[in-house]
Amino acid sequence: MDGVHDLGGMEGFGRLPLEENEPAFHYVWEARVMGMRLLMGGWRKWNIDAGRHSVELLPPKDYLSLTYYEKWLASLVNQSVKAGLITREEVARGRPEEGAVKASPPLSADAFLAFIPKGRPSARQITAEPAFRVGDQVHTARHMHSGHTRLPRYLRDCVGEVVRHHGPHVFPDVSATLQGEAPEHLYSVRFSATDVWGTRASSKDSVTADLWESYLAAER
Amino acid sequence: MPHDHEQPHTLLPSEPALRVRAIETLLVDKGLVDPAAIDSVVDAFSNRIGPKNGARVVARAWSDPSYRQWLLRDATAAIADLGFSGLQGEHMVAVENTNGVHNVVVCTLCSCYPWPTLGVPPVWYKSPEYRARVVRDPRGVLAEFGVTLHDDVEVHVWDSTAEIRYLVIPQRPVGSEGLSEEALAALVTRDSMIGTGLAAAPGGA
Repeated sequence: MDGVHDLGGMEGFGRLPLEENEPAFHYVWEARVMGMRLLMGGWRKWNIDAGRHSVELLPPKDYLSLTYYEKWLASLVNQSVKAGLITREEVARGRPEEGAVKASPPLSADAFLAFIPKGRPSARQITAEPAFRVGDQVHTARHMHSGHTRLPRYLRDCVGEVVRHHGPHVFPDVSATLQGEAPEHLYSVRFSATDVWGTRASSKDSVTADLWESYLAAER
Repeated sequence: MPHDHEQPHTLLPSEPALRVRAIETLLVDKGLVDPAAIDSVVDAFSNRIGPKNGARVVARAWSDPSYRQWLLRDATAAIADLGFSGLQGEHMVAVENTNGVHNVVVCTLCSCYPWPTLGVPPVWYKSPEYRARVVRDPRGVLAEFGVTLHDDVEVHVWDSTAEIRYLVIPQRPVGSEGLSEEALAALVTRDSMIGTGLAAAPGGA
């Protein structure tokens, strides 16, 4: 999706919002949003890829003007309504509808704290051999689809070199649709800065991204 | 009267705070989240999971050559060995800064960041400014952090587009010979493990 979230290389942005001794959270509500978002994931109505896509689907002007945790809250509500966990009317009224069945049990503190050190690995086993090896030259796709994808716009139709092979991982473009995991081989591909940005970049510099096999073709 | 000298103020909560309260109340009333579980997430990411963890990894790598080799070969296992693993650090890669190469990490598409070693990302890391600019003009962005690299140094920018999370091993500072692992860890800043900073010099110089 050619969305506003795909920011790499966009021009017109100013200085970084740097802050000395920045706290983990600036406001208590930010931390509450993080907690709610992580815990609501426990209902397994969506996955990390669908979660990222729901942020990308916020209106562009909201994406650029809301703070990070406001975006998380907005996308959490959108996802929860879409998944049928809550209704639009409940969001508007701020309380459950008459006769709404109470879900149970929610993820407990202990269960969540036990989940944190395990996480949710995305590596998978597949029988297909990797199409590329470290050192191969590959050419990235020029045209992409309008759903969730992890090939950034600034790296489309570029030639790079495979510098690492990570093995098969869940493929986000499919996973975000909740239609399965469709794992594919994943590679770190290095692009020279001058190839991507032209001669104003330093010939010493590079950018490396982790790209799935179907984003790539052999460069001859 | 003590109140005479107070600044004019309002006690109304901010709009985001009210919205969050409203949604939290709804989710709790529906039985979808346990407020005590939210408390425990907040506590974990406010107090336990943060860049002090990553600093211990780097200090160990600086102190123990065989650990450094392990970290470069299999960062996920080497970092888990110090007790840091899991959510948003399931698959780790460590990249080492040297005299010839300086690594910098970004997530241009969202805000991917290695939580077990660095905690939650700072505002600038998630900002459109950093995400847009660092892939295109890494040296200009580094200069804003006060980091100036020689023209001969290669800048390697890592765009975290998958579930691989990157930890930069900064260069060990000059004058840190003989320091304990604990003293070394105190020199390892958050930014030095993202690549937007350097490790601090011993003695606070």
